[in-house]
Amino acid sequence: MASSLSLERVSVISPDGDSILRDVTLRVDSGESVAIIGRSGAGKTTLLRLFNGLARPSSGEVAIDGAKIDGDLAVRRRRIGTILQAPALFPHRTVFENLATVPRLLEWPEERTRAAAGELLDQLSMPFERFAHRFPRSLSGGEQQRVAIARSVIGGPPLLLCDEPFSALDPLVRRELQDAFIAIRDRGDATLIFVTHDLGEALRVSRRIVLIDDGAIVCDQPRREFLGSNVPLVRRFIEAARLPESAS
Amino acid sequence: MTGEIVYATAQHVVIVVIAVTVAAATGIPIGVACVRHPRSGKIALRLIDILQTIPSLALFGLLIPLPLIGGIGIRTAIVALILYSLLPIVRNTVTGIAGVDRLITEAATVLGMTERQRLLTVELPLAFPSIVAGLRIATVIAIGVATIGAAVGGGGLGTLIFRGVAMVDTKRILAGALPAAGLAILADFVFETLERAVARRFGGT
Repeated sequence: MASSLSLERVSVISPDGDSILRDVTLRVDSGESVAIIGRSGAGKTTLLRLFNGLARPSSGEVAIDGAKIDGDLAVRRRRIGTILQAPALFPHRTVFENLATVPRLLEWPEERTRAAAGELLDQLSMPFERFAHRFPRSLSGGEQQRVAIARSVIGGPPLLLCDEPFSALDPLVRRELQDAFIAIRDRGDATLIFVTHDLGEALRVSRRIVLIDDGAIVCDQPRREFLGSNVPLVRRFIEAARLPESAS
Repeated sequence: MTGEIVYATAQHVVIVVIAVTVAAATGIPIGVACVRHPRSGKIALRLIDILQTIPSLALFGLLIPLPLIGGIGIRTAIVALILYSLLPIVRNTVTGIAGVDRLITEAATVLGMTERQRLLTVELPLAFPSIVAGLRIATVIAIGVATIGAAVGGGGLGTLIFRGVAMVDTKRILAGALPAAGLAILADFVFETLERAVARRFGGT
């Protein structure tokens, strides 16, 4: 069962006293896919990090499946697939050992881990026999990010948190990975929160768009309604994403 | 005299191995603790740093009057060597762990590792090349300081050198000095090789 999430009047203040999120309320139903977009520094990443406990609310409540986030965060995180901006693979471990991180924490039998890793790598067009025993340094950037995605989703988490996972890749690899990611997203039953500054990407991977600016939600709509919104910042995002018509 | 040289060399090696082993067994955990508790870690590092600045012969002199660890003999020499070996090991453990890419430790955290699992399976392995470099410095220093240890009855190759000086016997001096220099060079070479192998395995770049 995919997770449901809620932020109830959450504010986050940085140690320096800056207000990062201001009185944010957001509810995400089980199985929804939501993109969080906004300019750099708008508070997108902080909002995402509230759900895996890397950021703490200064006030308000954060809940997953109706329960406030507390207790053993490490154990909880094994059931959350977080995909970071950079692959951040463990350089001293092979591709397979990287993929086996969460299964080993969950104490899966080795055969099950192998089967899951093989299936995922195949799905990401990285044949198991060719890649499993290689070290991250011998992979291209795109391949590394594929392995990172697989490493985050191998345990079948009911919640996926993605923090601009494709922003460092060239446009073609990026497109390819978006497709692979969508296939993986649709494979399991998971709720998705996807942070990006790219509206096109947001529209591809999610059905609901939340625009935040200066720590507050400016617009929160299903993608079709979002595109028709009259909120000025939404119009600016749409304008910026449009290709020039006379570009021939 | 050959027998004497072999005996002194063996004694020298044993003293250094004991000292560096004890220093590693305490220094690596101290280094880890320094990273975990930065504020008290800074103070601990400073203290160890001060120890290192005490001239070796003076340190021997300071240790001799102490009960239990002091006195004339091998024990005092080993304690002094441990104290000297501590700094490079602690410092390199700290820089090694602190030097692990923040994104990699973050990945370990979000995947659900506990702090202990992260330390043992990610941070320490990635800090390993730096720790080995620390052991290399510690060992080479210990080999050098151990020769001075003979002045307080510490045994080892220094005994031959000091005796040679007293007897104005160049041959005897060299019988201590050459193996001591050789040991240091050999240890440096062995650790350098190890360091390279470890960096290849754990460096990741």
